[in-house]
Order: sequence, then structure tokens, then C-alpha cells
Amino acid sequence: MHLHIIDHYQKMKSPIHRLDGRVKLVFIVSVILSCTLLPTNAWPAYILLFSVMVALILLSDLNIAYVMKRSLLVLPFLLTALPLIFRASEPSIITYTVDKITITISQGGLIRFTSLGIKSWLSVIAAILLASTTSFTELLLAMRSLKTPRLLVAVFGLMWRYLFLMFEEVERLMRARLSRSGRDLSSPRRLGGSLMWRAGVTGGMAGSLFVRSLERSERVYNSMLARGYDGEIRSLEEPPIQSGVLLWLIIAVAGLFLLVIVTNLLMGSL
Amino acid sequence: MWYSPRSMHIPDGFLSILVAVLFWILSTLIVSLAIRQVSQERDERKLPVMGVLAAAIFAGQMLNFAVAGGTSGHLLGATLATIIVGPWAAILVMTCVVAIQALIFQDGGLLAMGANIFNMAVIGVSVSFLVYSILLKISKGNRWGYYAGAVIGAWSAIEAAALAAGLQLALSGTSPANIAIPAMAGIHALIGLGEALITLGAITFIMSTRPDLLTSSSQAVRGRSSLWIVGLALAVILAFLSPLASTHPDGLERVAEQQGFIKLAQPSVFQLIPDYIVPGINNTTLATIIAGLVGILILIGVSLILYHLRHKTHK
Repeated sequence: MHLHIIDHYQKMKSPIHRLDGRVKLVFIVSVILSCTLLPTNAWPAYILLFSVMVALILLSDLNIAYVMKRSLLVLPFLLTALPLIFRASEPSIITYTVDKITITISQGGLIRFTSLGIKSWLSVIAAILLASTTSFTELLLAMRSLKTPRLLVAVFGLMWRYLFLMFEEVERLMRARLSRSGRDLSSPRRLGGSLMWRAGVTGGMAGSLFVRSLERSERVYNSMLARGYDGEIRSLEEPPIQSGVLLWLIIAVAGLFLLVIVTNLLMGSL
Repeated sequence: MWYSPRSMHIPDGFLSILVAVLFWILSTLIVSLAIRQVSQERDERKLPVMGVLAAAIFAGQMLNFAVAGGTSGHLLGATLATIIVGPWAAILVMTCVVAIQALIFQDGGLLAMGANIFNMAVIGVSVSFLVYSILLKISKGNRWGYYAGAVIGAWSAIEAAALAAGLQLALSGTSPANIAIPAMAGIHALIGLGEALITLGAITFIMSTRPDLLTSSSQAVRGRSSLWIVGLALAVILAFLSPLASTHPDGLERVAEQQGFIKLAQPSVFQLIPDYIVPGINNTTLATIIAGLVGILILIGVSLILYHLRHKTHK
């Protein structure tokens, strides 16, 4: 049994990977922002953004099938927007009446639902692109230079350092539980123990994970002290962003901005 | 098994820009307040504790137990974090968990992160803190206060966060209020039960191995009142606003319209017509209140039974 919690960062040498983390963070956040700001029914703009994303994925040597598979994460959440389809706004496509209940599928609702799904999906693709081409350390540096509070960045850094250790700790706990749990093959649907008992066991696992992590943090603190920690995390100054790259970033963000404005002017009044 | 997304992490695109920005501002304010509070304590130990605990909570969310028919109960951890490191540090811990989930695992959006942080870190922690400290006060340091505080705190934190997420979706015009709010509340009443049971088990374990962790933090829990008020205010607002919004969805939309929310959110095609027809949901206030009462009754019953069972095995 493996949980396969892997870092989605893929170490490669593509131009996108080599790009400054700050530039990537700003660009991807602007892409997501413009996705949200685009009006519904703006298919040309969606296609344009999608092709930009595909181009960037190809340029970054990522496996496109892998990115697409991961981007389907967003699907389950679409359920919450499903009621939009049934809003009885004109013109309706299908009206279906059973007894006294009328179910209407409206064109406006359907368009809005699909647009929302696509916009959300594009945002997820953009976020995957960022996470798989930027190492966490680089993201941390980018966050720091974009004025994220130092304490928060320090917690991020420590959290990331111990995250995979903790995943393995959980994996060990779950393996231990599995190896102690018999299974009745004659009735595989029957679960061992009562529900309360199972919940109690899992709670004990969570409790032991917490106690272990606190004890680990005491050891971490001691070793930090031994290395001269005085309550302050220090790091080197970030080098300035190369002017050429900065120019491209400004052009790209301005392009996105223009896209949002033009689409809203053209399509917004429909 | 991939890291599986949770229903409470709102992805990008589901919130209107105004709602997203509003909650970014709110969360930024409260998180920076938490940073200031934690730095004022001048406890150098806090940093490694918060970092490792954040990692443990993220990893601990993989812990699950089978409920029935392939569904399972999970841990989210806001209540445990609140009990162990106190509310302000817990807000920072949960903020980091939510941020990493969004940044690296795309669980929850980047633009929607402000709202997600608000739901899971601010509401989750302050509501757990409120319930937990009230029960510690009532029980006057008796053990049952810790257990009851953990159980009820965990359940109400999940429920409050879910209600907030439902309200945000409704306010964004993504999902009508009379569907989004009862649906989120209903699903999370069950998810909250799983959370409550795991939290109870964890607290029982910690009480038997490292009781000092609980008793030392309970001293700290008693000392702070400002977050207590925040928690109470949030709980009251959610408790009143959500049944109201779900029975009068057009009311919420009228507010949204007046404030220009909806115009900004959807400048195009969609016309607001409040009379959509959905089968099965008639009197939602009543349903929400009954569901809440049933949930609380189940919870009290379950915790009493579990308490007695544990008591018996100890003898």
C-alpha cells in the first residue's frame, strides 16, 4: 500500500523550468485572475487561453496526458454548480413535467455551467503548470520576495521539509493497522469491529501522529539551537529579475489584461 | 491512490471576483493579526512546532476509517491543532496547510484561497476554540470537558466552515442559496461526525500518553478573549444567516444585486430570475434546524456511549 504523495515538481531543464520563480508565480496568478474575469460564453477567449497553456506545457517538456489527467481533479466540485442548469430562465431547452414538479433545463443555465467548468479547468491547468515546473524552494523565495510575511514563509519551509516524513509516518501507521486487521472472506462487505471502535482506532492513530510530531519538533528545535538559531530565519537577498524576462512578463500580463477587457466589451453585452 | 480533493476546498472560477477579493482581504487581516500575536509571545519554540504540526495535519488528513459501503471518515485537524497549540498558532498552521494544498496539489484555487483560508483556518479554528473553551469552563477542569469540547468543537467547526463555503458560493451566484447551503450543511454534518470521532480518539490517546500537552494548553486557552468573541460572532452570523439565506435565496440575491456583486460577477448572458423550481426542498429553515438538532442529539448520544465504553475498559 502506497499513498503516492509525490512532489509534482519534475526536475527538468526546459526553458519554463529555468525561468525565474517570481515571474512564473506572477504570470500564473494573472492567468487565473483573467480566467475568473472572463465573461460566460466567451469561447474564443477560452480557446486562446487553452492554447497558450498547451503551448507552455509543450515548451516545458511535461507529459501533456499527465497534466490533463491531473486537471480532472476539478470535476467533483462541479456538482455544486449543477443547479444552475435547472434555473427556469428563458429560453428553455427541455421542460419535463412529472406530476406537479417541473424540471426545466435552460439554455442560459447550461451555457453558464459549461463556461464555469471550463474557466475552473483552465485555472487548474495553470496551477499544475506552476507546481510541476517550479521547485518548492523557488516558490518559497518567490513568495518571500512578493512580501509574504517572514513567519509564514518560515512555517512553509519547515512544513515542506517534514511533510514527506509525516506522510511516511502515516503510511507506517496505516500499514500497521492493516496488518493487524483480518478480513472475513466469506462476507467481504462486513467490516471488522463496530463503527465506534474503528473511529477510535483511527483517532488513536491521529493522536499518536500528533504526539510524535510534537516530540519531533522538540528535537528539531534543539538541533536548530545547536546550529545557532536565535528566532530569526536569515536568507540571501534575491537577485533582481533580468530586465529582458521582466519585459516579457509585463507584455504577457498586459496581453491578458487586454484579452479580459476586449472580451468583456465584445461578449459582455450579449 | 492520488491525493484526493475535499469538498470544502473551493476551486478557482467558482467564486466571483468580488467575493474572492473580499475574503482575501479578510483572511489577510486575520492572519496578520495571528502572526503578530504569535510573534509577541516571543516563544522561539513555536516555529518548529508550527512547521512540523502543519506537516502532521496535512499527512494526517490521509487517515481514514471505513464507515459503510465504500465511504470513509476523514480528519481535517483544525480542532486538534487549536487544542494543542492554541488558537492563534492554529490559524497559522491551518493557513499553511490550505496554502500548500492549493499551491502544490491544486486542491482549492489560488484566487479562492482567501475564502478557503477563511473557512478552514479562521472559522474552523475560532469556532473550535469557542466551543472547547466554553466546555473547559463548564467542566471546571474535569476530563469530560476535554472530550466533550473536542467532539462538539470538531463537529461545529466543520459545519460552520461548510455553511460559510455554501454562503460564499451562493453570494457568487454559482449555486443557488436554497441548494448550496442545505447541501453543504447536510454532507458536512456527516463528515463532521467522522472528524469529531477521530478528534475524540486522538484526545483520548493524548490524554493517556501526554496529558501535559492538554493541561498546559488549556491554561493558554483560558487566557484569550478576543478570538473567543470572533468565534462567537462568526458562529452566530452563520447560524442565523444560512437558514435565512436558504429559505429566501432571492433575498441574498437582492443583497448581492444591490451591492453590485452579481453585476460585477457576471456581466453577461445570465438573467436573474429567482423562481427556479427544484423538487423536494420546501421548508428549508425547518429542515436545517431539525437536521442540526438531530446532529447534536446523535453527537451527545455517541459521545456518552463512547465515554462509558472507554470507562468500562479502563476498569
